[in-house]
Amino acid sequence: MLIDALVKLTAEQVNKVAALARLTLGADESERMAADLARILDYVAKLDELDTSGVEPTSHVVAMAAPLRADVVTSKPAVADALANAPQSDDGYFVVPPIIE
Amino acid sequence: MSRVAALNELAIEEASRRLRAREVSAVELAEACLARIAATDARAGSFLEVTAETARAEAREADRRIAAGDAGPLTGVPIALKDLFITRGIRTTCASKILESFVPRFDGTLAEKLRAAGAVLLGKLNMDEFAMGSSTENSALGITRNPWDLSKVPGGSSGGSATAIAARQALGSFGTDTGGSIRLPASYCGVVGLKPTYGRVSRYGMIAFASSLDQAGPFASTVRGAAMLLQAVAGRDPRDSTSIDAPVPDYLSGIGDGVCGLRIGIPKEYFVPGMDGDVERAVRTAIDRLVALGAVPVEVSLPHTDYAVATYYIVATAEASSNLGRYDGVRFGLRKGGGKGLRDMYGETRDAGFGAEVKRRILIGSYALSAGYYDAYYLKAMKVRTLIRRDFEKAFERCDVLAMPTAASTAFARGARTGDPLKMYLSDILTISINLAGLPGMSIPCGFDASGMPIGLQLAARPLDEPTLLRAAASYEDATDWHRRAPSLEAA
Repeated sequence: MLIDALVKLTAEQVNKVAALARLTLGADESERMAADLARILDYVAKLDELDTSGVEPTSHVVAMAAPLRADVVTSKPAVADALANAPQSDDGYFVVPPIIE
Repeated sequence: MSRVAALNELAIEEASRRLRAREVSAVELAEACLARIAATDARAGSFLEVTAETARAEAREADRRIAAGDAGPLTGVPIALKDLFITRGIRTTCASKILESFVPRFDGTLAEKLRAAGAVLLGKLNMDEFAMGSSTENSALGITRNPWDLSKVPGGSSGGSATAIAARQALGSFGTDTGGSIRLPASYCGVVGLKPTYGRVSRYGMIAFASSLDQAGPFASTVRGAAMLLQAVAGRDPRDSTSIDAPVPDYLSGIGDGVCGLRIGIPKEYFVPGMDGDVERAVRTAIDRLVALGAVPVEVSLPHTDYAVATYYIVATAEASSNLGRYDGVRFGLRKGGGKGLRDMYGETRDAGFGAEVKRRILIGSYALSAGYYDAYYLKAMKVRTLIRRDFEKAFERCDVLAMPTAASTAFARGARTGDPLKMYLSDILTISINLAGLPGMSIPCGFDASGMPIGLQLAARPLDEPTLLRAAASYEDATDWHRRAPSLEAA
């Protein structure tokens, strides 16, 4: 398939993926990660040796239907518990840095 | 063995018997383990936190329950947990800086069941950060050493869970196994480690790495000890929709019935070229022993074995990149930066909070899931996962249990694989397929190499057939005494 053509990764591409994953990488780190990822992706390209046409994907090993439950509240943590580990909170709310200028 | 075993060296089944016969108290057992931890953990480094005071209180409560006739098999048994099991009021870090000060306000299902059973929690155990690694060297919070040779790794990711047993600091422990993280350290440290069928033990309160693969399981010095620990935590949990709704059998009944007539499959792909000669000899000798006990050997083939690591590093990283999105510096955990707004805070928090391997896996997973690459990587890997599952289904038409090495070598030196992520990933080459197929598997001690490092025999069975798996393992253990050996850990 396509994999062979994809494994030449640049630091710039890595930074693009890092931004999607909300990771900030230093310049050295981007270079190093690009090299690591290229090798790892090169290794996983061996999956291309296999013909998987007509094979159903396995997303989950246990055959089960998505279970449903009644739409009722089953747990309601106290506000103090929910906020206990927050880096910053105020008056029952989580506090975050500004989102809009 | 000439000397009498110290209390911290007892197998769980023996401790349980003595507790209920009132020959020993839970407080005495807990004190013996705490003393052993104090004497050895500076070298082994199993624990991230020792909860001595709460352990003593729980032991006193266990003694009251035993006196009142209200005791179960694990009441008063001292255990410890990998630090990714959520424990109410006890710091739970996943060995990551991002959770370094996280103190949960609730118990996960596993901790809750163990508390209810009356087990005494000695503390929380070191691991690779977010269970990502094969040597425990990726912990951001501590160093764990192999008790058999302190210059070597304990294996990972549940390294502390294995060393706590090998060093006889706890009678039992729990770890998690996503690609071999129970079986590999069990093999490297010469203890019993059991990964149950996917879904057999609830994942509620287990900090997620790769949700379609993660499974919790026990470590102990004996197979029966591991069976007793599994008994206490297995079962359907309404809080984990992927937990299997099937009755939990009595894992001890029939465990001593032997292997007469049992068909033992030997997958030829698991005896790989380049594997350590001592490991191959020990594992082949162990299989011969099972055959001498009445088992019938059958050669089987698992032709897609060579593709398992590649499949795993797409599936697991994709799931991890999603699961680790929750560490955003808002609701819990570390927060850094934010001077330039929310996005800046996300990036700086995750940069400061995650170690290199965690970032690497988030990046691979995000890449594999990103637009344009999804079919080439993730979908392809899910299809190969189907081929790997089918290999096992076919093999189990001809056998009841599979027997093979847990790892191609014994424990390696600290630092030997840290510079090369791919080389580290390949440490799991013989364990990963079993996770992809969701099968129960275990590693039990089956010998030592020329330098005195433990070797593990890996066994696997059909989904939910832990009883047969445990029966085969117990049969081997009853016929050998590898499991009785323990490292001295004397100070140099």
